[in-house]
Parts: sequence; structure tokens; C-alpha cells
Amino acid sequence: MTSPRANSDSISGKDPAPRLDRAAIARRAARDLVDGTTVNLGIGIPALCADFLPEGVELRYHAENGILGFEELSDPGEGDPNLMDAGGKFPKLVPGMAFFDSVESFNLIRGGHIDVTVLGALQVSRAGDLANWMIPKRGIGSIGGAMDLAENARRVVIAMEHNARGDIPKIVDECTFPLTAPGCVDEIVTDIAVIEVDRENSRLILRETAPGWSFDDVQARTAATLEVDREIVRMA
Amino acid sequence: MVVRTIWFKISTKCKRHESKTPTIWLAVPINKISNSFAEAVADIPSGASIMIGGFGGAGGQPTRLMLALRDLGVDDLTIIGNVAGISKTTGYGWPDHLDPIDQGMFFESGQATKIICSFPVPGTTNPLSDIEKAWREGRAVVDIVPQGTLIERIRAAGAGIPAFYTPTGVGTTVAEGKEHRDFDGRTYLLEEALSADFALIRAQKADTRGNLQYIGTSRAFNPAMATAARMTIVEVDEIVEPGGIDPERVGTLSSYVDRIVSRDAGDPLP
Repeated sequence: MTSPRANSDSISGKDPAPRLDRAAIARRAARDLVDGTTVNLGIGIPALCADFLPEGVELRYHAENGILGFEELSDPGEGDPNLMDAGGKFPKLVPGMAFFDSVESFNLIRGGHIDVTVLGALQVSRAGDLANWMIPKRGIGSIGGAMDLAENARRVVIAMEHNARGDIPKIVDECTFPLTAPGCVDEIVTDIAVIEVDRENSRLILRETAPGWSFDDVQARTAATLEVDREIVRMA
Repeated sequence: MVVRTIWFKISTKCKRHESKTPTIWLAVPINKISNSFAEAVADIPSGASIMIGGFGGAGGQPTRLMLALRDLGVDDLTIIGNVAGISKTTGYGWPDHLDPIDQGMFFESGQATKIICSFPVPGTTNPLSDIEKAWREGRAVVDIVPQGTLIERIRAAGAGIPAFYTPTGVGTTVAEGKEHRDFDGRTYLLEEALSADFALIRAQKADTRGNLQYIGTSRAFNPAMATAARMTIVEVDEIVEPGGIDPERVGTLSSYVDRIVSRDAGDPLP
């Protein structure tokens, strides 16, 4: 079942129901994180995932600046500058933690030892291309660890708002922003939908919608064709 | 005390004198300890390339050496860092009660004309960071490198490896003009080693020979940068006699360290 191709720059009509807030996006993305895996959370909505881990799930968090096995806290307040995460925040010292330098940190990433990374995005394409480091109009941006993570983590999950300000679609046929990595995204969790990326066939498969949102509602706010191959589930 | 001296040569590429590459001779005493931050950076010339350690944020940043370099007043500097110049406007990596200091200072002062780093600007442009301001005004070249590629280029320089292949950046603007090669069905880019004239780094403790001990997440770019510069200058909280660092805890070998300068006890800067 395939819908007609969406128009890339016009979104019409009012939202049929409220969109999920940032915390709810993070809660949904966190539900797929598997116990015992090594996970790197990007800044913004991805970092909030740590607050919503399902019961019994323990992750080994990695941050690019050289720390493994810490407890990600979204708002730790004052802290020790020598105990920082890659978002510039200060986690707590916990048993089982390890410190290392940036060479080792990127051995972990480039060597394929990060199981899952959750990142934000400016655009994601039908083929799973990710653009998240520069807005062309600004002309300058920051790559940080994003290219290494997107290219080399075993699974790449995007947690983001479905549309940019002004209801501009962020899920598109082809990215127009500079790429972070081509063909890397496995799943997209937004404030109105969960979409699986079938990268081999360049297909986006709608799996879940927010309460009150239909396939057509989500498709109307997406600039790439969405497909369904089984019943759509309500996001929870 | 007899102070022996090793002489060696530093070549810097100075944009203002493209016709000739100035040669600077540096005297490095076997006694590695400098008496002050000003003394430790006194012979850094205009046109030098300078690695600045840490990750971005207060921990692991050689803040006193940076301030001394700013006060030295040399210009046409190339700075090599990681997360660079975002703390002042965002507070990144600094405890709330302190005014953040970052690598943007060399662009605010007009001393630096180029930065090679992975994260030069924060997500927000309000207010503009010093690096973005300099870039917008055409006063600075900004070379943005993926973080894993940046650290590996520095590591390679220190390890005597001129270039290496990495999958990171394939299919992006980073790959433009670079050699591509397939290994085992995956495409990689050729990236070249990156060295510098000077490395300013930060450790918790040095012994008088120059062995360094780090603490927590303050390692980041420091150990690799120590190996990749012609002259490595380290800022520490404390200098101890040989034996004052457990050999199991040496994070950077004395072979890489040329100069050590200690902070005053009770320095309020992190």
C-alpha cells in the first residue's frame, strides 16, 4: 500500500491532534534500547532518552570525550570539570566507569563497537541519508563526532521533531543539506510517528503514529513517500 | 646545576612571508621546568601552528598557557583544537559559577587566522561566538574535520604514519578531493597526518622528567597532541619528583614533553 507522493514544500491544514513533546519522543526512542548494549546519545532530545529507560534495562553509555559506563543525567547542575560528558555536562562518578583518551574513544566508534547511537537530524532521506551538521544558509556548522557515529555505529536511530519551524518537512526524498553520512539511518522517531528505514530498497515504512494522527496526516507532513506493510500501531 | 641544552629547529609556514619559510631555533634545556606561564610560551613566534589540548570545556584545557599566549601578542596563528570556542557563549563544560574561557579568545584578539577543529560553533547564533564572528568578517579560515578523523590525524603524526584510510566522511563534503579506496567491499578515504609546531596541553601532575598523569575525562586530545608537536608544553597542578607518579598511571611519556609549568596552589581556574 503506497500513498501518492507528497508535495515537498506545502503542508496544509491544522494538526489533527497534539504532537508529542520532546520528553515523549525520547521515551519512545528509549523503548527500543536493549539491555547491556553500548549506546552513544547525541545532544538535545537523544540525551533525554536516559531519563526514560524501560525497567530492567541497563546500558553502557559512551561519550566521545572519553568516558564509558556513566549515568547520563540530563540536568546534573554543578559538577567537576574533569568528569564531563560530550554534551558538556557533568555526570556522577559511578562504579564500573572507565576514562580514556580521544584515540581510544574513536577506536570504539570507528571500530564498530558502539551498538546504538541516537542522534538528532535536520533532514533524513528515503535512503536513510542523514544531514545534521550544517544549515546551508548559515554556511558554518559543527561536525563533532556525528560523522564517525553515523557512519560506524551498528544502529542509528534519529529522535527529532517531524517538521522544522514553519512546518517544513525534515523527512525528504533527497537531502538538500550537507550530509553527515549517506545511507546510515535505521529508524526515525518523531513527535508524530515512528518510521523504519528500509535502506536497501530506499523505502520508508510507517510503523506507528501519535494518538489522533492517521497515515494521511503524517504523510501530508512528510516530503517522501511513506509505505505501510502491516497495521499501524499507536505510539506509546 | 649544569643545564645542558638541546638545540632544534622549527619551521613555520607564515602566510605573510610565503616566499621564505622562516626558521626558528629553539633551545630546550634538559631541565624542563619553566618558572612561569609567560616564560613557557615566550618563544612561540607569529605564524606558528598550535595544538590546544582537552576536549572543549574547562577540564583538560591548558587555560593558563592560553592566557599567556594571548598576552604574548603574537599573531597569524593557526589553532588546532576539538570543540573550540563555544564555552564563552553557551557555558559548555564550565561550572555555572565561573566565566568560561575558550579558544575563541585568539579570534577575539585577532591573533589567530585559522582554526582546524571538529566543533567550532554552537547550535545557536545568539550571541555569535568569537570564531563565527571572525569567520563572518573574513578574518578566519575554519577547517571543520570529523572528530575521529581529527584525533587519528594527530595520532598518526605522532606515530610516524603519514596517512590512513577511514570510512568516516565518505559521501559527504569532507571527502571532496580525497583519494577513495575500497577494502573488503567498503569505501574509505585517505586522510593525512596532522602535526603542529607547538602543543599546549594540560595534565594533573608531572614529574620533573616530564611523565604526566591525567585525571577523569581530562585526557581527551591531550595525550595524542603531546606526541604530534615539535615542542610540547604542559600545564599541571603539581610537579613531583620522579617516583611521585605511579609508573602504572603514566598517561604521557616524558619523551614527548619538552616543558612543564605548574599552577600556583589554590588557582581558582578549573
